[in-house]
Amino acid sequence: MLGLNKRDFTLLLIVVALAMLAPFLLNPFPEGSAMAQFNAGYPDLMQKFVIYGIFAIGFNILFGLTGYLSFGHAAFLGVGSYSCVWMFKLLGYNVMPGILLSILTSGIFAYLIGVVSLRRSGIYFSILTLAFAQMSFALAYSVLSNPKFNLTNGETGLQVYSNDPQWLHSAGKPDLPHLFGLSMRATHEMQLGAWQFQFNVGYYLCAIIMVLAFYLSIRIFRSPFGMMLRAVKSNNTRMYYTGLNARPYTLAAFVISGMYAGLAGGLLSAVDPLAGAERMQWTASGEVVLMTILGGTGTLIGPVLGSGLIKYFENIFSKINDSVLHSWFSFLPDGMEDFMVTIVHPFVGKGWHLTLGVLFMLIVIFLPGGLVQGGQKIRGLFTGRTEAEQAQADANQSTPAE
Amino acid sequence: MGILEVKNVNKRFGGLQALGDVNLSIEENTVHAIIGPNGAGKSTLLNVLIGKLIPDTGSVMFDGQSVLGRKSYEICQMGISRVFQTPEIFGDLTVLENMMIPIFARRDGAFQMNAIGATTGEKDVIEQAEHMLESLNMIDKRHFHSAAMSRGDKRRLEIGMCLSQNPRLLLLDEPTAGMARADTNNTIDLLKQIKEERDITIAIIEHDMHVVFSLAERITVLAQGSPLVEDTPDKIKGHPKVREAYLGESA
Repeated sequence: MLGLNKRDFTLLLIVVALAMLAPFLLNPFPEGSAMAQFNAGYPDLMQKFVIYGIFAIGFNILFGLTGYLSFGHAAFLGVGSYSCVWMFKLLGYNVMPGILLSILTSGIFAYLIGVVSLRRSGIYFSILTLAFAQMSFALAYSVLSNPKFNLTNGETGLQVYSNDPQWLHSAGKPDLPHLFGLSMRATHEMQLGAWQFQFNVGYYLCAIIMVLAFYLSIRIFRSPFGMMLRAVKSNNTRMYYTGLNARPYTLAAFVISGMYAGLAGGLLSAVDPLAGAERMQWTASGEVVLMTILGGTGTLIGPVLGSGLIKYFENIFSKINDSVLHSWFSFLPDGMEDFMVTIVHPFVGKGWHLTLGVLFMLIVIFLPGGLVQGGQKIRGLFTGRTEAEQAQADANQSTPAE
Repeated sequence: MGILEVKNVNKRFGGLQALGDVNLSIEENTVHAIIGPNGAGKSTLLNVLIGKLIPDTGSVMFDGQSVLGRKSYEICQMGISRVFQTPEIFGDLTVLENMMIPIFARRDGAFQMNAIGATTGEKDVIEQAEHMLESLNMIDKRHFHSAAMSRGDKRRLEIGMCLSQNPRLLLLDEPTAGMARADTNNTIDLLKQIKEERDITIAIIEHDMHVVFSLAERITVLAQGSPLVEDTPDKIKGHPKVREAYLGESA
C-alpha cells in the first residue's frame, strides 16, 4: 500500500490515527477535575508535539541511519523560522510561501555546513556542527541585527510590524498567519459532558505535514538510498572498497535532515509569527538528540515518541508548583505533607529537567533502544518471545514472498 | 606486461626502510602469492597497491594506468577489489543486503540518489545477489544478521561481495588469518572455485604455507622490504635463499 509493506503501512496508519485524534487522546481527564492539569490537548502544546516530531524525524534520518551525530541541528530550525517570518513581512500572512522558503533556505544552509563538517566524522563532526550552530546563533543574536542591516532583529526576535511591505496582503485577509484565509488560530471547541476538546487549524496543518514527513521518512528508510546510509554507519571502510564514495550519501542525508529541521522551524513561525535567536542555541540542538535517543535511534516511530515525551515534560511537569503539591499531599499529617513536598519539589516545576535527566539515564542504561525497545519488551512479555526472536520474525515478515 | 606493474617502489617510515626498490609484475589470470617473514613489508606493499600509501619513489600501474594518488573508491572502480585481514562487511545489515550493496555500486557508480523506491522493488538486484549467494552456498543464510556469523562465513561473504563487483584483480590480505582449519580449507576451495569459474587475477598475501602452496602459481618472497626471489611454488620450496630467510634452517 502506497509503496510500503504491511508492517510499515500499519505503522503509518497508527501515526495518522494518533495525529488526527490527538485532541481526544491527549485530553483524557474531565475539565475541572484534579487530574485536568495532566491534559495536554490544547493547541499550543499539540502543535509543539508534531512540530518537534518533524524535527526529530529529520534528525533521525541523519543520526539513525548514518550514525553522524550533529550537535547543530537547531541552526536549521532557526533559519527556517526566520525565513518564514520574512515571508510574512514581505509577502503577507499566508503560511505557504513561508513554509516553502524555510525548507529551501535551510536546505542551502545545510548544504554549506555539511560540505565543511562532513570532512570529518565521529566526535570531530559533532564539534564542527556545534561550532557552526553557535556561530549562527551569535550571528542571529547580535551581528545580523544592526540598524543598517537588520536581518534577525536580535534579542527582540523577528516579528511583523505594521509598516512592513506585505505586498500580497489585502484588507479582507486575517491579520494573523493563515492558510488561504483560514486563520491558524481558529479553534473549534467541542463540549462533551465534562470533557472539552479543541480542534485547531494550526495544529491540523502541522499534523498533516508531520504525517507526510513521516511517510517520506519511511520511504527513505526502506529505499536503496537508506540502505546505503545504513551501510555507511555499519562500515565506512567496506563502503569505500566497494567503489562507493560515502561523502555524497552522508551529505544528502545531512541536507534532507536539515530541510526537515527548516520545515519544523517554518511551522513554529507559522503558528506563532515570532522568531528568536534562542531557537538556534545549543540547548535546542541537544534537545533533538535527547528526543531521538529517548524514543529509539534508527527506528521509524521512536523520534516522534521521544519528542512527545520531552515536550510533555517541558510543558506539564514544569507547571506543577508547590501549591499543587500541597493539594496532592493534603491528606497526610502536616509534618509528613511538608516532608513529601520537599522531596518531590526538586523534580517538578522548574526542576522538571531533573526528572527528565533521571528518566534519560534510566532509558539509556536499561533500554538502549529507547521507548521503542521498551514497547518490544512489553510485546515480548505477551507473546513469550525475546526481542531477538521478535526482530528476526519481523525481518522475515518484511521481505517479500519469493 | 602484467596487469599490475610495480616499479622501483621505495617507502620509508622515519628511519625504517619499509620497501626498498620493489619491482613486481603480476600476470593477468594468475594466482600470485606474496610471502615473507614478519616485518618484510607485505602489508606496506599491499597498502601501496590499493593507494592507501603513496610511495616515496616509483610507480604502480594497473592495466596501464597509475593507481597512485587515487581515492580508494576510484581504485575499486578501476577493477581492484580488496579482501581484508579481518573481514570487513556491513555488520548491521543482513547477508542479502550486504550482497546487494556492491551490485548497486556496480550498477549505479559512485553515487545515486535512489531515495524513494523500495529496496524490495529492485528485483534484478535481489536476483543477482541471491545468485551470488547461491554460488557461495550461503543462500540459506540470506536473512542472517551478518555480524553474528562465524569468521569463515564472514570471509566467504566478503569474498562474494568483492566478486559482485566483477573485479579484474582481487587482493587478499591473509584471508585465512585466525580461522579454524575447516574454515581455512573452505576458503581455499572457494578461491580455487573462483579461479576456475572466471577470468580473474588474484594476488594473495599469506602466512599460512598450506594456503600458499595450495593456490599460488607464482610466488614472490619479500625479505626486509625487497623481493628476494620470484618463482613457481615448486622452485620456491627448494630455494636455499628462501629457506634461509623465511622458512628457517630447520625447514
